[in-house]
Amino acid sequence: MKKNYDIVIIGGGPAGLAAAVAAYDNGVKDILILEREERLGGILNQCIHNGFGLTRFKESLSGPEYAARFIDEVQKRQIEVCTQTTVLALSKEKQVTVINSAQGVFTVQAKSVVLAMGCRERSRGALNVAGSRPAGIYSAGTAQKYVNIKGYLPGKRVVILGSGDIGLIMARRMTLEGAKVLAVCEIMPYSSGLKRNIAQCLDDFGIPLYLSHTITKIEGEKRVTGVVVSKVDENKRPIAGTEMHFDCDTVLFSVGLIPENELTKMAGIELSPKTRGAVVYQNRETDTDGVFACGNVLQVHDLVDFVSEEAEIAGKAAAQYVLNGAKVREEISVNTGNNISYVLPQKIDRNAGGQVKLFFRVTNTFKNCTITATSGGEVIAKRKKRIAVPGEMETLLLTEKTLAGINDEIVVSLEVDE
Amino acid sequence: MFDVIVIGGGVVGGLILRELTKYHLNVCLLEKASDVSMGASKANSGIVHAGFDATPNSNKAKFNVLGNEMMEKVTGELGVKFRRNGSLVVAFSAEEIETLKELKARGEQNGVSGLEIISQERLREMEKNISDEALGALYAPTGGIVCPYELTIAAIGNAMDNGAKLETEFEVVKIVKNEECFVLSSSKGKTIEGKIVINAAGLQSGKIAALAGDSGIEIKGRKGEYILLDRESGDFVSHTLFFTPTKLGKGILVTQTEDGNILLGPTAEELENAGTDTSAQGLAFVIEKARKMCKNPPLFNTITSFAGVRAYSSKGDFIIEESKTVKGLIHCAGIESPGLTAAPAIAKFVVETLVGGSLRLIKNENFNGARTPDYFFKNLSTEEKNAIIARDPSYGKIVCRCEQITEGEILRAIRANPPARDIDGVKRRTRSGMGRCQGGFCQPYIAELIAKERGVSLEQVTKCGDGSELIMGVTK
Ligand SMILES: Cc1cc2nc3c(=O)[nH]c(=O)nc-3n(C[C@H](O)[C@H](O)[C@H](O)COP(=O)(O)OP(=O)(O)OC[C@H]3O[C@@H](n4cnc5c(N)ncnc54)[C@H](O)[C@@H]3O)c2cc1C
Ligand SMILES: Cc1cc2nc3c(=O)[nH]c(=O)nc-3n(C[C@H](O)[C@H](O)[C@H](O)COP(=O)(O)OP(=O)(O)OC[C@H]3O[C@@H](n4cnc5c(N)ncnc54)[C@H](O)[C@@H]3O)c2cc1C
Repeated sequence: MKKNYDIVIIGGGPAGLAAAVAAYDNGVKDILILEREERLGGILNQCIHNGFGLTRFKESLSGPEYAARFIDEVQKRQIEVCTQTTVLALSKEKQVTVINSAQGVFTVQAKSVVLAMGCRERSRGALNVAGSRPAGIYSAGTAQKYVNIKGYLPGKRVVILGSGDIGLIMARRMTLEGAKVLAVCEIMPYSSGLKRNIAQCLDDFGIPLYLSHTITKIEGEKRVTGVVVSKVDENKRPIAGTEMHFDCDTVLFSVGLIPENELTKMAGIELSPKTRGAVVYQNRETDTDGVFACGNVLQVHDLVDFVSEEAEIAGKAAAQYVLNGAKVREEISVNTGNNISYVLPQKIDRNAGGQVKLFFRVTNTFKNCTITATSGGEVIAKRKKRIAVPGEMETLLLTEKTLAGINDEIVVSLEVDE
Repeated sequence: MFDVIVIGGGVVGGLILRELTKYHLNVCLLEKASDVSMGASKANSGIVHAGFDATPNSNKAKFNVLGNEMMEKVTGELGVKFRRNGSLVVAFSAEEIETLKELKARGEQNGVSGLEIISQERLREMEKNISDEALGALYAPTGGIVCPYELTIAAIGNAMDNGAKLETEFEVVKIVKNEECFVLSSSKGKTIEGKIVINAAGLQSGKIAALAGDSGIEIKGRKGEYILLDRESGDFVSHTLFFTPTKLGKGILVTQTEDGNILLGPTAEELENAGTDTSAQGLAFVIEKARKMCKNPPLFNTITSFAGVRAYSSKGDFIIEESKTVKGLIHCAGIESPGLTAAPAIAKFVVETLVGGSLRLIKNENFNGARTPDYFFKNLSTEEKNAIIARDPSYGKIVCRCEQITEGEILRAIRANPPARDIDGVKRRTRSGMGRCQGGFCQPYIAELIAKERGVSLEQVTKCGDGSELIMGVTK
């Protein structure tokens, strides 16, 4: 490892890998990828099921296969990679402090930094589920690691809370490995997972899905011995008298992902309370010149294909920053209106030119609705949807021509059609 | 035969054990759990109370104020983090302001220095997120925060380094006193003999007294539930904020912890049989009170909730004395709050006065009260860290990413006194798994390290002792 690099990429998951390749292909060769694990690939390494890459490669790959395609590209370009190296600190001046066994603690100076640290899972603790705190309580991702990487079964009679894709996939995996999954509970009236996952992971195995239900108590002193599951009302409050008891030895929590932004915060970069990731321009540049963010550290993605797309934007922009320096911006802010939980990018630089794709999520399930982007009272982009759900990221395209004509804040909102 | 046997590996028993090793005594600690610090000393508020709360002339008042004064020295020697962040008792009505004046007078009578009643304006300057309805506060600059299990483990580890013996999984179920000594038997049929027995068994101290034939101690449990917020919100408050005590109770406190998290709680619920379950009502109460104390507590940053049980005596005060009926049995019973604060002073008194009353105390010149600095890797300078990594590369490998804990520190926790045997033991010694992901990333890795170090299979690794195995088999 040298002391200076043009671009330092923090995190060697799909986001970091795609950003490195894009930066290289846009003219900057002096790149370093830092990864704490032994291998590149990030969380994909433990996702051994198929279904990755349908959009990008038009075929269904496993997580490691998808990652391998990008690792190959990185290797072909001989981009420098340092694994088993953890970034401890990041400064606004783009000094990256790292630690590893071979070199100890030392600092690297970058001209540009790409943040690609991914996310972590929300734990049981974050939900304040009442009861005891015995062995047998895992986040779905931890269970996935035990099963897929280590070859161990964390439990035999399982209740899963959360019906997002990770929860659904773990219901199938645990069943295939010999465990009995008694129930998947979901506090919302709908599952945020893909339809095909509900069919292939639950229905095919006869695993019941309890919508509008949550775990209200965990029992067991040393090991989980059971859980109480209750139905919830429209405010997500448990309804007395609806309690069901399950005798289980294991509870898996699959209750959301949180971007891992300690380093971002350390560098004093502005974070959005809505995404819990950095506030960025359309080129994924943060409020600190030359620092970019992409992938799950910026916004939690459902599909890795989108991660790669976003990372390429950031990687290319990092290269342009190194080659051309900072630009004078003309800024328009992008905000959420009715029924939209967040929108990204939060800021558009009009001087940058080109089109901008807005990414956002809706707050609830809506049928027959219209999503619009407005500016100065005028609709500048619009899309009708038969159904919109929070679990699926939505997009709206603003063309170069559209952007050229606006001066005011852009607001994205959703209205249900009459 | 041991000169002194201490029953109970909490902060009280732990600091007594360490105090005993300052003398030429053959001493042993018995703990029923698989690790030390598994009782009240594991789950409490971690406040080093100033001492304005206790009734003047009570044991609580006396040992609180003394213990508070001793805290710098003992934590300094043991390398345990401690900080005087100052306490604020906040008033929300004119009546409560009057109560603050009474508290101040009481504190002064107890010997607490620096107490001051501060205005709403100053309170707002000191705590930017205090509720708009708060009218003023009693400020106690000597109030502090310490990590209770770190202190307990360090005290016991240091005592062991100085020759004390530790027996875990030794639940005392029988005590026989013969001519020369006590014979203590465990639930697993082991026996151990000692001249003096110190009863520091927390919630079970009444039961231990009864086993020895002293029926004079009655102990009950009162549960307290907490919510812990991520360090990301660590600057939400900087002092420890208490509600003014009223006839309806004390409310909860909002504080920074010594590790930089925010702690909300505890509730106060009477309970018949001691459980550390949390309840929906309890946690809802904590949230309601936190919202009254502060503007917009960052509950979205909750990382865990937990509960601890206070052991209080029917006398309403700490019982620190030799048994009136069984000679050689010394009670430290009913040590509820402010027991953590008082513990160093209790230990000194118990050893110098009570043990010293029946055994001759000869100073141990070889006693070394300090622990080696490798324990606190994260706080070292870059040069110091690099020197350690050069010697032992495992210190260059981060295992717990949220708390930045290295493999070297985890191995050390498994090897050093008192050795960590399970996931929770490693967690309490290193903080690995205590951060925002709660072990989601690092637990499988730590389990492997424990298995390797202890020469067992991964399937035998537990969360917290027998019956809490992590894994239930291999995959197909
Ligand atoms: C448990 C889990 C299961 C998932 N399952 C699926 C699925 O089944 N299907 C699907 O389509 N999507 C799934 N996803 C989502 C998808 O895999 C992610 O969208 C994608 O992997 C995100 O890529 P990333 O590069 O942003 O993050 P990651 O893949 O998380 O990569 C981030 C990398 O950064 C490294 N890193 C972090 N901090 C540091 C630091 N300080 N120093 C050095 N390195 C660091 C990490 O070790 C990691 O390798 C899953 C995500 C999770 C968390
Ligand atoms: C909710 C709560 C909040 C608190 N907040 C504060 C605070 O902010 N500041 C403060 O100063 N104090 C506080 N306290 C009080 C403080 O935590 C206690 O006073 C202190 O921890 C008591 O220590 P101990 O060693 O007496 O008991 P414990 O820590 O309970 O230790 C007793 C030990 O004895 C063992 N044991 C029991 N029976 C047997 C047996 N038969 N054989 C062998 N071993 C046995 C137990 O396993 C246990 O490890 C609080 C307490 C609670 C519960």
